[in-house]
Amino acid sequence: MSASALPSTRSAARKPDAVSRAAGEAVQKGAPLVTLLDVSKEFPNGVTALARLELCVRAGDFLSLLGPSGCGKSTALRLIAGLEPTTAGRIEWATGDAKLRPRIGFVFQEPTLMPWASVEMNVFLPLRLAGWSLRDARPRIEEALSLVGLPDFRKAMPRELSGGMKMRVSIARALVTRPSLLLMDEPFAALDEITRFKLNDDLMRLKQEMGCTVVFVTHSIYESAYLSTRIAVMAARPGRIIAEIDIDAALPREEHFRRESAYLQACANAADALHGAMDARDHL
Amino acid sequence: MSPEIPHITAPEDEGLTIGTSPGDGRREGIIKARLVGVVLPILVFAIAIGLWELIVRVNGIEPFILPAPSLVISTLIKDWGTLSLSLLVTLRTMAIALLLATLGGVGIAVIFAQSRLIERSLYPFAVILQVTPIVAIAPLLLVYLDSGTAILVCAFIVAFFPILSNTTLGLASTDPNLRDLFKLYGAGRWRELVLLRAPSALPYFLGGVRIAGGLALIGAVVAEIAAGSAGHGSGLAYRIVESGYRLNIPRMFAALLLISLTGIFIYAILALVSHLLLRRWHESALDR
Repeated sequence: MSASALPSTRSAARKPDAVSRAAGEAVQKGAPLVTLLDVSKEFPNGVTALARLELCVRAGDFLSLLGPSGCGKSTALRLIAGLEPTTAGRIEWATGDAKLRPRIGFVFQEPTLMPWASVEMNVFLPLRLAGWSLRDARPRIEEALSLVGLPDFRKAMPRELSGGMKMRVSIARALVTRPSLLLMDEPFAALDEITRFKLNDDLMRLKQEMGCTVVFVTHSIYESAYLSTRIAVMAARPGRIIAEIDIDAALPREEHFRRESAYLQACANAADALHGAMDARDHL
Repeated sequence: MSPEIPHITAPEDEGLTIGTSPGDGRREGIIKARLVGVVLPILVFAIAIGLWELIVRVNGIEPFILPAPSLVISTLIKDWGTLSLSLLVTLRTMAIALLLATLGGVGIAVIFAQSRLIERSLYPFAVILQVTPIVAIAPLLLVYLDSGTAILVCAFIVAFFPILSNTTLGLASTDPNLRDLFKLYGAGRWRELVLLRAPSALPYFLGGVRIAGGLALIGAVVAEIAAGSAGHGSGLAYRIVESGYRLNIPRMFAALLLISLTGIFIYAILALVSHLLLRRWHESALDR
């Protein structure tokens, strides 16, 4: 897919065809896209969500942050998105400047759609906030909805959709800007397992089509092993990374991957790391 | 990708689309149920009015004690000239008060939404105005203002608070994830207000306006009565006071009836507006 850039200013928005490649797209596959250096996050109530986190997201990665509730994996994602400031440490972008960071798409645990707006207007939102007109944005909206398999639901209202479909719309909204970095915070945790498997397969296909980098927060060992090229296993109190597991198998993967040794080994390694961290805490 | 089927079939739609034998019986049942739902309340109301008429006639109660419904209606028709003018005065007061309360309530709620500190500093004033009985404020206002303005201010004061408090609540009840999303895409305060906070607050605001509509009428009536006792004013409530002095009880009832009908009318209009604005998305207005 060719990725023409999203104009970031209103003046540029009048010429949506203008190709001004956004920062981050030039990053070579495998090169660091964003690096968290010695990052800590303490909340005003005194809880240390993250302590001295070191994490490198490489361009083209499908990186899962795997860990139990309260290990700070969502916080790490929010720090990368710039939704919250770090208490200590730095977040370094390949472009050298947080203002020039690549375009980011964010998918929340809930679909987080605006109930008063149609599917089309929900997907339009990121472009609208960037100053696009609906007419200019329409091809992009249609493209995004086709990518998630909902091309015929432009006019539907969110309440008319099932949980899985709402999540697809939410993903379409994140994709409409053609982001080079997609951040996903347990997006499928609330879905039934069958829908979840389906969306997992679709997500891998999407990632390949869009050529973007994904950071995926999950508490499911199986989901992370199936989807990721790399798993960062996290432990709680304080939130930190206790293991990094590489999975050498090309994306997209298919159902039979669940029976292959690479998958089983990744599951075993992740489980060992999590159990190790829990045992260590029990002995405290 | 497998197509997923949306589950949006309302019971009425089923009845309309099926159309053949199994659907017909069900549709008939639904229509019957609806008919009963409309007819029964009307019937009960008619029986109550009939009883009133009967009691007055059988006991030969004097009209200056309790007029029969038939007499109230005939008085309404006979005195329509005076009463309709008074109705217009009251309606006008109410409409202006409601409009000002909406503008003021929404405006101040938007200011409150900008900063917690402003909200905390100004909210006590709003609460003081709300909890102080309007009957007690009205005579004071009549000292400072001419009676027309004083009545308007009274109606405004009572209508203002529900709109302010509901809109403030609505503007503060935005989905935090959606707020994050707006932040992520670099939306400014103004766009967040227009595209996110305002639509989120709409159901709350409309609820406030519905309450305020009835309260504006009550405020106008209370102030008119206060002003009426001072010999001024020409609204419906003034007619009630005036008729009381003259022991013209049928006319008093006729004016009272008009006030009730006005209240019902305002409520119905506001409920309809609310339904039309929310029916596509809000739980409160969805067909069940």
